[in-house]
Amino acid sequence: MRSIRKHAAITLAATAALTLAACSSSGSSATSSSTGNKHVTLTWWNNATTGYLRTVWTQAAAAYHTAHPNVTIKSEPFQNEAFTTKVPAALAGSNPPDIYQQWGSGQEATQVPSGKLTDLTPYTSSWIGQLGVAANAWQVDGKQYGVPYDLHTVGFWYRKDLFTKAGITSPPTTMTELNADIAKLKTANITPIGVGSKDRWPDAFWWEYFAVRECSTATLKAAIKADNLSAPCFVKAGNDLKAFMATNPFQKGFLGTPAQLGAGSSAGMVANGKAAMELQGDWDPGTMTPLTANKNLNAQLGWFPFPAVAGGAGSPTTALGGGDGFTCTTGAAEPACADFLKYLDTPAVQTKVVAANVGLPANPAAASALTLPAMQSVQQYNQAAPFIQVYFDIAMPTNVGQTLDTAIANFFAGQATPQSIITTVNQAAKTQ
Amino acid sequence: MSDTRSVTATAEDAVAVTPPIRPARRSPALRRRLELTVLLTPPLLLFIGFVLLPIGIAAYYGLYKWTGFGPLTNFAGLANYKIALTDPAFQQAILHNVIIAVLSLVIQIPISIAVALLLNRGIRGRSVLRLLVFAPYVLSQAITGVMWLLILQPGGFADQLMQAVGLGSFVQLWLANLNIVLYTMFVVLTWQFIGFGIILLVAGLQGIPVELGEAAALDGASGWQTTRRITLPLLGPTIRILIFLSIVGSLQVFDVVWIMTGGGPAGASSTMATYLIQSGFRSYEFGYGSAVAVIMFIVCFVFALVYQRFVLRRDTRGALTRAVG
Repeated sequence: MRSIRKHAAITLAATAALTLAACSSSGSSATSSSTGNKHVTLTWWNNATTGYLRTVWTQAAAAYHTAHPNVTIKSEPFQNEAFTTKVPAALAGSNPPDIYQQWGSGQEATQVPSGKLTDLTPYTSSWIGQLGVAANAWQVDGKQYGVPYDLHTVGFWYRKDLFTKAGITSPPTTMTELNADIAKLKTANITPIGVGSKDRWPDAFWWEYFAVRECSTATLKAAIKADNLSAPCFVKAGNDLKAFMATNPFQKGFLGTPAQLGAGSSAGMVANGKAAMELQGDWDPGTMTPLTANKNLNAQLGWFPFPAVAGGAGSPTTALGGGDGFTCTTGAAEPACADFLKYLDTPAVQTKVVAANVGLPANPAAASALTLPAMQSVQQYNQAAPFIQVYFDIAMPTNVGQTLDTAIANFFAGQATPQSIITTVNQAAKTQ
Repeated sequence: MSDTRSVTATAEDAVAVTPPIRPARRSPALRRRLELTVLLTPPLLLFIGFVLLPIGIAAYYGLYKWTGFGPLTNFAGLANYKIALTDPAFQQAILHNVIIAVLSLVIQIPISIAVALLLNRGIRGRSVLRLLVFAPYVLSQAITGVMWLLILQPGGFADQLMQAVGLGSFVQLWLANLNIVLYTMFVVLTWQFIGFGIILLVAGLQGIPVELGEAAALDGASGWQTTRRITLPLLGPTIRILIFLSIVGSLQVFDVVWIMTGGGPAGASSTMATYLIQSGFRSYEFGYGSAVAVIMFIVCFVFALVYQRFVLRRDTRGALTRAVG
């Protein structure tokens, strides 16, 4: 869902921002603080405004109410982009929703000082282990303030048919191989890689993956914790990216290309065979389908992880990703709220979430419901990852993350250097 | 306001002429006051609540370093303003607004006047042409943005069209070239808003009595002389209003740019408003964003005041004297 969030920016952000005060009124209506026999109503802000996920959530709320007649869940979907402004406003007010959309990490950490987020640890400690290391991204200082319902992993989506046409027999596993494959694709007159630089965040995936490969897990964790990218491996990542971009791997005019809008977008290019691959999240097949008349697309799509970088301290099995989850607020009936979030992670609900094609299941028990073979590869990679680095713009405090995205986008436009990215971000972190 | 005042004057004159009978004197005054209260209170409350108050609140927020969460504790004084005004990215955004404003004056308005003069003649299919010219203005800016984004993709409709008519060598990376993207934005904005200017001018032209032109023609004036000496001067008030609206619009450009480029690549098409949303609200820097909003407000407000005072004064004074006298 990150996909939609990032991209539907448009006026919503503006209008929502300008009407802050007007927006913050629809809050919690919990009538009691304990489940007991009293009836409680939980207001639930989620981003499923359309599509199958909306149905899944409606059904889940109804099913939970049937099983627990004293708990009513009131789903209130909002456009993804609205959360950026609605959540801060609600948390600043006295009446926040009982449950709201939570992307975890730094953004969650930015929200915790409001004092409105429930520490769910006592309710989740018995079962959250089932979700694996990914759930750690919803912890702040070891306390579980949120629970994921789906996960994302970034990697290469590629066209098997175009790879074959260029004489590539198996997907690359090292940067050297990737560079060789790019040369082969160019010889075959195929645009090797599509990138949607207009939207900025796809650029960030490139720099971030090079950082994940160049830096050890310990360095990454320390850097995110301290909001400081001074470790030398981050400059190396920028240098790697610079060298890589010097080979001209992207489509012509990539700076103006949107990531997901229309057949000319980077996703559309791969879907229509105009580019051989792109570095994107697992939502990409779902994004591509409506952008092409190509009925064979799912069979033609393959997936491979970001290649190993020679000399890098990072493991090639470390993933870059994130996910979607929910947080309970302190005004809510805590046990009921926590129990509902647990219910959303049961295989029964998770199977449906997977069918909604929004991402990988938070609960691996539902992985068998992933139908696309390439998605199984993503799931396996995600499960085997010793560490999942959350997208830097979510992992770091929001203003620092946005500064990083902008700096990387400027770098793609030739207006920044590997060193200036680091300097700008460290500066933003210092003044925050 | 002027209407109310003229009513007041009339009523008081009437009172002065008629013998001073107490009830008769009080009741119209009371009625007047009641009318004023009933009619003016709701709009006044709305104006205060949704215009003045938010401006005041934004000015207040702008003095703090504030992420949008919790109480305003981190007082920063004018630091936010200082950061904004010294940030090269914001200076660049202001420059872009100014460039768009100047281009509007130099290119958009002369074209509007020419087309309006043309449309005011008795040519065939005039109403259809007017409709066509006005049509883009009716589209929402979000639709315009998405549509042009798709048209201007490399190898897209615009490029193909240019190649088909032999202009292939002029094809550029419209949205990706840092030196061109701002002018691409200007073309799209012109496409969308020129119809509004034209319709405004056509309406102004229709207010000019035909007899003046006929009399001039009888005296031997050429078409060009009539246009230059009679039509354009009489169109003056409309043109001055159009210039005002164009410049204020140029200072506030947001939607189309935000959708088509997000202000990029590397800020090459940024405007004050895209900077405000990106550096303020998307980065959870609500205090900073408010400060930028206040700067933007001041720029527009000062321009509006100066323009009203020195350029529109003649036009509005005429209107006022007529109403009061």
